Amino acid sequence: MVFALAGNQNCGKTTLFNQLTGSNQHVGNFPGVTVERKEGVIRSSSGDTVVDLPGIYSLSPYTSEEIVTRDFLIKHHPDGIINIIDATNIQRNLYLSLQLIDLHIPMVIALNMMDEVRANGGTIKLKEMAQELGVPVVPISASKNEGVSELISVALRVARQRQAPARMDFCTGAVHRAIHSVAHLVEDHAERIGVPPRFAATRLVEGDEPMLESLALSDNEKDMLEHTVTEMERESGTDRKAAMADMRYAFIEKLCADCVVACHESREHARSVKIDTVLTGKYTAIPVFLGIMMLIFWLTFSVIGGALSDLLSAGIDGLTGLVDAGLSAYGINPVVHSLIIDGVFAGVGSVLSFIPTIVVLFFFLSMLEDSGYMARVAFVMDKLLRKIGLSGRSFVPMLIGFGCSVPAIMASRTLSSERDRKMTILLTPFMSCSAKLPIYGVFTMAFFPRYRALVMILLYVGGMAVGVLCGLLLKNSAFRGNPVPFVMELPNYRLPSPKSVALLLWDKAKDFLTRAFTVIFVATIVIWFFQTFDTRINVVENSADSMLAAIGRWISPLFAPLGFGDWRACTALITGFSAKEAVVSTLAVLTETSVSQLPTALSGLFTPAAACAYLAFTLLYTPCVAAIAAVRREMGGVKYALFVVLFQTGVAWIVGALVHLVAMALL
Amino acid sequence: MMTLDQLPIGKKGIIVAVNGEGALRGRLLDMGLTPRTAITVRKVAPMGDPIEVNLRGYELTLRLEDAKEIVVEA
Repeated sequence: MVFALAGNQNCGKTTLFNQLTGSNQHVGNFPGVTVERKEGVIRSSSGDTVVDLPGIYSLSPYTSEEIVTRDFLIKHHPDGIINIIDATNIQRNLYLSLQLIDLHIPMVIALNMMDEVRANGGTIKLKEMAQELGVPVVPISASKNEGVSELISVALRVARQRQAPARMDFCTGAVHRAIHSVAHLVEDHAERIGVPPRFAATRLVEGDEPMLESLALSDNEKDMLEHTVTEMERESGTDRKAAMADMRYAFIEKLCADCVVACHESREHARSVKIDTVLTGKYTAIPVFLGIMMLIFWLTFSVIGGALSDLLSAGIDGLTGLVDAGLSAYGINPVVHSLIIDGVFAGVGSVLSFIPTIVVLFFFLSMLEDSGYMARVAFVMDKLLRKIGLSGRSFVPMLIGFGCSVPAIMASRTLSSERDRKMTILLTPFMSCSAKLPIYGVFTMAFFPRYRALVMILLYVGGMAVGVLCGLLLKNSAFRGNPVPFVMELPNYRLPSPKSVALLLWDKAKDFLTRAFTVIFVATIVIWFFQTFDTRINVVENSADSMLAAIGRWISPLFAPLGFGDWRACTALITGFSAKEAVVSTLAVLTETSVSQLPTALSGLFTPAAACAYLAFTLLYTPCVAAIAAVRREMGGVKYALFVVLFQTGVAWIVGALVHLVAMALL
Repeated sequence: MMTLDQLPIGKKGIIVAVNGEGALRGRLLDMGLTPRTAITVRKVAPMGDPIEVNLRGYELTLRLEDAKEIVVEA
């Protein structure tokens, strides 16, 4: 059987999903759109699966998340819905529940965070609530894994017995009559397209255009619908949308008055308010934010990630030496020897040593997201981003861009306007991703050993500055128009569940490893091939005679104004398109050194001014293949992806040339 | 009678009507800003906009420009 897991944002849905499925998950996309779809097998069940639907507040057709959820529930006929609601914020969470009940699919409500409600002296009369809603209600605490087994057994039971919600009617008076007569009117059409008539009716009364279109009513029926709605609006003295929302909330208020004995203010809420006096305080918010970001970057790149990366790269060097000696002793063919040591070990090895850095950065980013701080960042930064024509919500994808452009571009899905999404996607790659870090690391080691941190901060700030400039430019040219409404919940601060964080990190590490052994592995072998052979497929004595050298030489005049016309520097830029980490490994392969010896080799290859220009160019030029693939997927077109490549490379070239001029004057 | 952007910080208001149209209005109503709901302005963001409000036991942020669409009674 298939279950759908639905609920608001910030109600612990991901935590529950992880508890339901363990690590047995599959991540994909909903067909046709770019909203993430996670699916997993429910633990201790006989192969029943659960699909994690996007976090939404309503089934209105405004965002792609809402539309995807609707489509999935209507078209895929799940055997049951598990609706998770936050017991500490019960009114707004129940609003979605009432809409889900209209779908007439077997359903169970998981009342999450009951531990918090109880600890604060609140109680919820579960039996009465289940009776009033006509749906079983199971109290759980997803983060403590309490009540989850019972939830599973209740969900399996309602689905097996096809026990649809017992109550369908939450309204009274004029609205009730309107829905009733519209349901009658559209019954045949609704059944034809497989939509429960009652759901179709509530949507139509609410003024849902996509639903109206898909039902294909006759003109006569449309007139009758409009007449019914006008009558209702006249009787209730308000318009259709407000009447429906009001009716649902009126029912919820009565339900809560009967069943919920809430404490005055929960400790968690009081704590959040207290934390917010600092984190969103008038004078403290921005300094604290900058402080947090700097702390994260320092910990990631200098302390934890750096140390672990050094350790790992020492291990890889040791292994390379061992294999090298072994192959020499065995007397293997020198070309194969070169392929294994110079190609595979040098290339993949150098990339692998950056895994700790990336995992540590994602650890911090997921802490910020899951704790509720990211929403505060959007609140604090909204006005700033509005200046470049975006909303505070774009800040989150851009921040993730510092980790990796691929998830950052995917995170732009939460933006409900296509204009904002496009612009965010275009600007996100200017936020320096962590894969570019190896490049900065090697170059600062070679040229600015005493000012490494300073140069890195300058690079990050420089990327942001270029992003802002481009944003201003785009706002007044290609992306004129109004930004989306910015109406966002500020959830209570909570400690992220260790299991969710661990699963996310495992996911990221796995993703990176997969890339290391696929895209990057292939790229290194291709480069090794071009570097080892000349155009007549003879093994070259000197890499300067190789095919790669020929390509590098051919494009190198383009980069003469930036100060690095050397073919090796240009070749590394080409391979950087496959993955940014490959820039370093290519430089290592081409200069015939190991990564640890690379800084020494580079001082012979670049002047300090050219090194600055190279850093600026790699900071800004085209995102890697994986990111471009993500852009293409998100924007649904090769054309836009190609535009991103050309736009960014153009900007990078101009900035690189400027940096070179300035650096020559200064250094 | 005033609009939400004029409600002083910390003072409780009662929503009278939600104006505006389309996605914004739908979103406001879905989030529980329905007539007769009590609402308090908690704070203004450091840069002067948006604002943070409390209603139905949770915190919501919205822009001053959009808050102008919400009529409240102090």
